[in-house]
Amino acid sequence: MIEHLPILQVIIPLLAAPICLILREARLVRWFTFIASALAFVNSILLLQQVQTQGTISYSLGGWDAPIGIEYRIDLLNAYLLILVTSISTLALLAAGPSLRKELSERKETYFYVAYLLCLTGLLGILATGDAFNVFVFLEISSLASYTMIAMGRDRRALWASYQYLIMGTIGATFILIGIGLMYMMTGTLNMYDLAERLPEVQQTKTVFTAFAFFVVGVCLKLALFPLHLWLPNAYAYAPSIATVFLAATATKVAIYVLLRFIFSVYGFEFSFSHLPLQEILVALGLMGVFAASIVAIYQDNVKRLFAYSSVAQIGYMILGLGVGSKTGLTATLLHLFNHALMKGAIFLALAGLIYRVGSVNLKAFSGLGKQMPWTMAAIVVGGLSLIGVPLTVGFVSKWYLVLALLESNWWPIAVLVLIGSLLAVIYVWRIVEVAYFRKAMQDSAPYKEAPLMILIPTWILVLANIYFGIDTGFTVGLSEQIAASLFEVAK
Amino acid sequence: MIEQSVLMQLIIILPLLAIPGIIIFGKWPNLREAVTLIAGGLLLIAVIVFYQNFDAGQAAYIHWIELLPGLDIAFKAEPLGVLFSMVAGSLWLVTSVYAIGYMRGHGEVNQTRFYACFAVAISAVMGLAFADNLFTLFIFYEVLTLSTYPLVTHAGTEKAKQGGRTYLSILLATSIGFLLLAIVGTWWQTGTLTFTQGGVFDDSTSKVATSVLLVLFIFGIGKAAIMPFHRWLPAAMVAPTPVSALLHAVAVVKAGVFTVLKVCVYIFGIDLLRDIPATQWLLYLAAASVLLASLVAMRQDNLKKRLAYSTVSQLGYITIGALLASQAGILGGALHIVAHAFGKITLFFCAGAIMVAAHKTEISDMRGLGKAMPITMIAFFIGSLSIIGLPPAAGVWSKWYLLMGTLDTHQWIVMSVLMVSSLLNIAYLLPIPLRAFFPGAGPQGADFRENAKVIRIERAQIKEAPWPSLVALSITAIMTMVLFFWPHVFYELAASLAGLSGGING
Repeated sequence: MIEHLPILQVIIPLLAAPICLILREARLVRWFTFIASALAFVNSILLLQQVQTQGTISYSLGGWDAPIGIEYRIDLLNAYLLILVTSISTLALLAAGPSLRKELSERKETYFYVAYLLCLTGLLGILATGDAFNVFVFLEISSLASYTMIAMGRDRRALWASYQYLIMGTIGATFILIGIGLMYMMTGTLNMYDLAERLPEVQQTKTVFTAFAFFVVGVCLKLALFPLHLWLPNAYAYAPSIATVFLAATATKVAIYVLLRFIFSVYGFEFSFSHLPLQEILVALGLMGVFAASIVAIYQDNVKRLFAYSSVAQIGYMILGLGVGSKTGLTATLLHLFNHALMKGAIFLALAGLIYRVGSVNLKAFSGLGKQMPWTMAAIVVGGLSLIGVPLTVGFVSKWYLVLALLESNWWPIAVLVLIGSLLAVIYVWRIVEVAYFRKAMQDSAPYKEAPLMILIPTWILVLANIYFGIDTGFTVGLSEQIAASLFEVAK
Repeated sequence: MIEQSVLMQLIIILPLLAIPGIIIFGKWPNLREAVTLIAGGLLLIAVIVFYQNFDAGQAAYIHWIELLPGLDIAFKAEPLGVLFSMVAGSLWLVTSVYAIGYMRGHGEVNQTRFYACFAVAISAVMGLAFADNLFTLFIFYEVLTLSTYPLVTHAGTEKAKQGGRTYLSILLATSIGFLLLAIVGTWWQTGTLTFTQGGVFDDSTSKVATSVLLVLFIFGIGKAAIMPFHRWLPAAMVAPTPVSALLHAVAVVKAGVFTVLKVCVYIFGIDLLRDIPATQWLLYLAAASVLLASLVAMRQDNLKKRLAYSTVSQLGYITIGALLASQAGILGGALHIVAHAFGKITLFFCAGAIMVAAHKTEISDMRGLGKAMPITMIAFFIGSLSIIGLPPAAGVWSKWYLLMGTLDTHQWIVMSVLMVSSLLNIAYLLPIPLRAFFPGAGPQGADFRENAKVIRIERAQIKEAPWPSLVALSITAIMTMVLFFWPHVFYELAASLAGLSGGING
């Protein structure tokens, strides 16, 4: 049993999805989905333990050895992200019951859970597999499932948002496929480990450069790097609340994983950063993303959209850390992957509770909520402080490493810019705080009650995680540093 | 007896322990205020006991957790921290007494939130005072900013929100933009952030790097209100007066200059500080800040605004004291933290008392108030003397040593700025109590007299402020004089800080 963990990680949600269709009854499906996700979470913890004790796990699918068969390969980086995705998914599902019942019709609810499980399958598959083509397949599974989820939003605009994402996402996936195809053409293999061995021989050919360019652009579209982020704000804003929580906290992170994996483990750091001007591009786009998205976020009146733009800005930080091209920089990126998932998970879950009661996420609707929904608003404030990077929250930890990395490389002007960027976060977070705490509630509405407990509990688990991992940084920092070190080792 | 290190943690946590009580008794104001007063009383006892057992040689040390590798949250008692904790600890109780009179007299809403945030702020001040390293200090520095924001915007009006925005944006912009950068820079250069006797930099750090860091530190500590980052302080005056009094005359601004002193003495070390080329320029900047703020203060008719600019100016004195990089300067700066705290809180208490009792905020309306509110106006007079630096008030000593410091280091320009500023202090503070007692004819002649008649009719009804406020402002006024005659407690602490700093003798 224990040796099959890598595949079980993907199989559990994959099999659970069709079973949901058979169960039909929405309440049953909900708990079933939750259990499946919780099992996946347990699975990922076991995997991490196994990796930590035994080192990298290689699993041959169906007993066919690589490079003929498909290999699943779990090292620390995969295990770290598997835990992240499954934990957030489980917490989001805990809150899904009341939130979805409010936002979807009952018939749709079951389909939502099916799409959700398939999306989870896709994301976990990308993380677990060691095969380049498999990455593409799972990417498509997760993308198709997320288009479906987004389209289920209450608003008709959700359809448009989903369509936008569909077009952009498909372009991205096509680019990735072209990239993988070209790699296959040059090396005759799809196994990542194999690719890494064979690519250096053909490194200096135009085809490999082209393959790399196609692949990176495609992935950057999926991870919503500025200026390829256009699909993201609408998708997050109009999707059902639970879908937003799940996608915001995990989908872009997995795309960043793909980027890291190919840059470090397949092409090698040397190739990516020396032969191609990747560093300059990533740093420039990352910084532009931080500023452009933060400034746009300041002017948003729809709070979900506001935080969606903030996500684009935070992705900018992650890419910036990667662009520094040092161990500390990579540590900052890996930390921020995890930390940002905690922040945005907490914030979007709190917003789910808010939509449940208030029905709107327009800034105006927040008037007086500080008193009427104290726990929900407090969650948003703590999440916001974390976004800003106030000490004792996780945001501070990742910012500290990012600034340190920039100073180590003597890029202090960029360090200044990064800190200025976090001041922009102060502005958009504080707009909400001011309205919620210092504006009187609107006269015509009865006071709102606090969000239902089933939403509040997972929200606060994430809020407390924001604080806990901001104080006890042993797990995240230790693991991130280990992963960064191992990625650089492989790359050399 | 309790272990010193336990007591130190207790001092930091005690205000927080009051918060559940404050919230639970939110519906019963008398019980709620009782909780605050009890906590304030216990804190006062705790800081006094702590001081009595304080021994610089075997200072209490406590390590909480290691946040990131090498970055600890740890606390250690040293003379300046003990001095600061005594000032803030003793004034919390007095301010609470005052606040009861003021908040009720003024009919303020949301008082539970008010007292709770106040307690968080005091706790943050205590944590900051005992911080063992820059990192811990930074954490509490930010907590202090965030916990005082709801106090500034307490009224919830558009003006209060505007003020709160200025307050938060300047304080966060400087602390995240400059201070954090300076801290990371220091960490990257030296690998330590612990406050060390004689500083943490060695010869391997270039003068350019230390210059840049020093500039970043001085600008980054926005709470020290060095121009051009002083705007938040006048903006914060929209807060209820007890907040202005304790936080924006004592706790928050003093946290700023306290940090400046700490950084100068324990991060740079005054020997290095003297050699950094940037020091001289920053000294001139602080001097300019002293002078300009005094000039602006003269033009303010709103009493609280005038006091705020006066605070900006007086904070410049302390920064000057730190940057002079001499023992006398450090001594004077540390003493000025104490002297200015007691003097300025008295002035603010008086301003609040006038507002509650007579509903007057503009200085030009306060002529002749002395008859109706004699105690308040006498206290105001004493507070003014202390700020100016005249006997018999505590301000004499700190200004004395600051001037000594300028003489020792041959900073003639700075010395003359200090002298001129003292004259300006006389010009903008003393007329207020003097006119209150001797209204005279007023400068506007006949026109004014007509107005005066109207005002006088109202004045018949003006009485002193509610008794708790009156008691509080009397206590601080008396303390200001007591500290003139018996400054030993604070002098010894300040002197041992100056002694620890090394450098040339005063």
